[in-house]
Amino acid sequence: MKLEQMYQEIILDHYRNPHRSGLREPFDAESYQVNPTCGDEVTLRVALDGDRVTDVSYDAVGCSISQAATSVLTDLVVGHTVAESRSTMDAFVEMVQSRGQVEPDEDVLADAVAFVGVSRYPSRVKCALLGWMAFKDALGRAATGSSANGSRRAEEQ
Amino acid sequence: MTASLGPESLSAGPLTASEQEKIRADFPILCRTVRDGRPLVYLDSGATSQRPRQVLDAERAFLEQHNAAVHRGAHQLAEEATDAYESARARIAAFVGVQPGEVVFTKNATEGINLVAYALSNCSVGQELVARFALAAGDEIVVTEMEHHANLVPWQELCRRTGATLRWYQVTDDGRLDLDSLEVSERTRLVAFTHQSNVMGTVPPVAELVRRAREVGALTVLDACQSVPHTPVDFAALDVDFAVFSGHKMLGPSGVGVLYGRRELLEVIPPFLTGGSMIELVKMEGSTYAPPPQRFEAGVPMTSQAVGLGAAVDYLSAVGMDRIAAHERALTDRALAGLSEMEGLRIIGPPDTTDRGGAVSFVLHDVHAHDAGQVLDDLGIAVRVGHHCAWPLHRRFGIAATVRASFALYNTPAEVDALLAGVHEVRRFFWG
Repeated sequence: MKLEQMYQEIILDHYRNPHRSGLREPFDAESYQVNPTCGDEVTLRVALDGDRVTDVSYDAVGCSISQAATSVLTDLVVGHTVAESRSTMDAFVEMVQSRGQVEPDEDVLADAVAFVGVSRYPSRVKCALLGWMAFKDALGRAATGSSANGSRRAEEQ
Repeated sequence: MTASLGPESLSAGPLTASEQEKIRADFPILCRTVRDGRPLVYLDSGATSQRPRQVLDAERAFLEQHNAAVHRGAHQLAEEATDAYESARARIAAFVGVQPGEVVFTKNATEGINLVAYALSNCSVGQELVARFALAAGDEIVVTEMEHHANLVPWQELCRRTGATLRWYQVTDDGRLDLDSLEVSERTRLVAFTHQSNVMGTVPPVAELVRRAREVGALTVLDACQSVPHTPVDFAALDVDFAVFSGHKMLGPSGVGVLYGRRELLEVIPPFLTGGSMIELVKMEGSTYAPPPQRFEAGVPMTSQAVGLGAAVDYLSAVGMDRIAAHERALTDRALAGLSEMEGLRIIGPPDTTDRGGAVSFVLHDVHAHDAGQVLDDLGIAVRVGHHCAWPLHRRFGIAATVRASFALYNTPAEVDALLAGVHEVRRFFWG
């Protein structure tokens, strides 16, 4: 069954027990991202100390893949520098967009190598990237000092 | 070129097992397997239907024997192509109870709705001002909360361009239209609504909505994408002013849709797209336009697709729309009965088949729709997951996404049972 290749146990673990979920203060930038094809959404906050990521907190509505990918993201970037985080992000994006053609580096991606199976399901790639796109956007905002794009989120609440 | 089923089809009950078998044999794609050899269980006809050989053959025969640009040229092929195109128009018109001159071919139903919206827009500005249809601040356009984005966004845009206000009927908890949630007034200029919700299957009370609109002199626009493929529909009897439907949802090709417009309206509203074919007289200083339907068909139209759609209505008619409706009602009944027994499963929409068609959407309290769809896909069951282009409706129910099974004439009770077993497997997979 191919299904188990996508829903690896690590992914299901993160889905059932997501790491660092919930929105926390303080933070330096926030990003709200939505997947227009399915309506899944995430609000993600980044806290920095100099060039080091000290916290990533988030509130997400989405499938197991998007929830687990966001949970894994926090494990991979918290405590690392912005530059290291971006490089991890690039490796993750390359892997999930590879249609199974890229052999992931476990030293870089750790638990996130489990998402290699997602790359074989093109319609799910956006799910795996939702939280990462929010993280990328939040880093950009932190750098430029614009703290959030969350107006739509605020309206919905 | 028909799917005549013989004497059995005289009764208007559900299709018999042998009739189902015969119909399925006409759809080559239904014989394929997916995901490691699973037989395909196609429950996504609400998104797009599959096509029988008769439709594929009609398109191919047209292209191999008669292809030419229609309504131009005097050579034999041009004549044959024009005849095939206009014959398709006439058969499609008859299929929905209207005159050929009231049927405009469009790219799809979305374009048909935009055609009406932009025609009204054009009535509201500049030299084309048609006072009777002009919209301005203070006017209202009414839709419903259960519309597909295609019957919502064009009206939002028309409001933005003209200053009119968009209002909407709300939806009740069991997925019906709440007729008490809005009152039309003298300011209401147009009421646009679906003939069958693409998410919930709900069939709103068309006669009552039309009566209310008429009373205040508002135009009516019916989105019939989800009704025309599944049940007998007569636009003249429904007394709507405009209606749209899509070829690819009714066994026909993609790239062709239909706009029905009441003749006297098509004669006075200005065109949307302009250019070749739709003109009467062209001078450098300005142009006049052909009578409808040509006025609304600028450029060389989709032709083999229109011919294919003609073959699709022949196929549907040969089976019998009343038989198809009865068959799909039986499938829907079976699905609703099975799903409503499952704990932690919530059906979004009416719980029974009264005024309801064959789209069945649901959520599981502990598994996201995407994940449920993925497990079903692994079992060979193709369903739609997401908001199905009806985001406001999902928001109204406080959910982001649903799983939708939608039926067509070629689906079987065994496929409904496969869905029900599949939903159990979804639960087992994620939560053991």
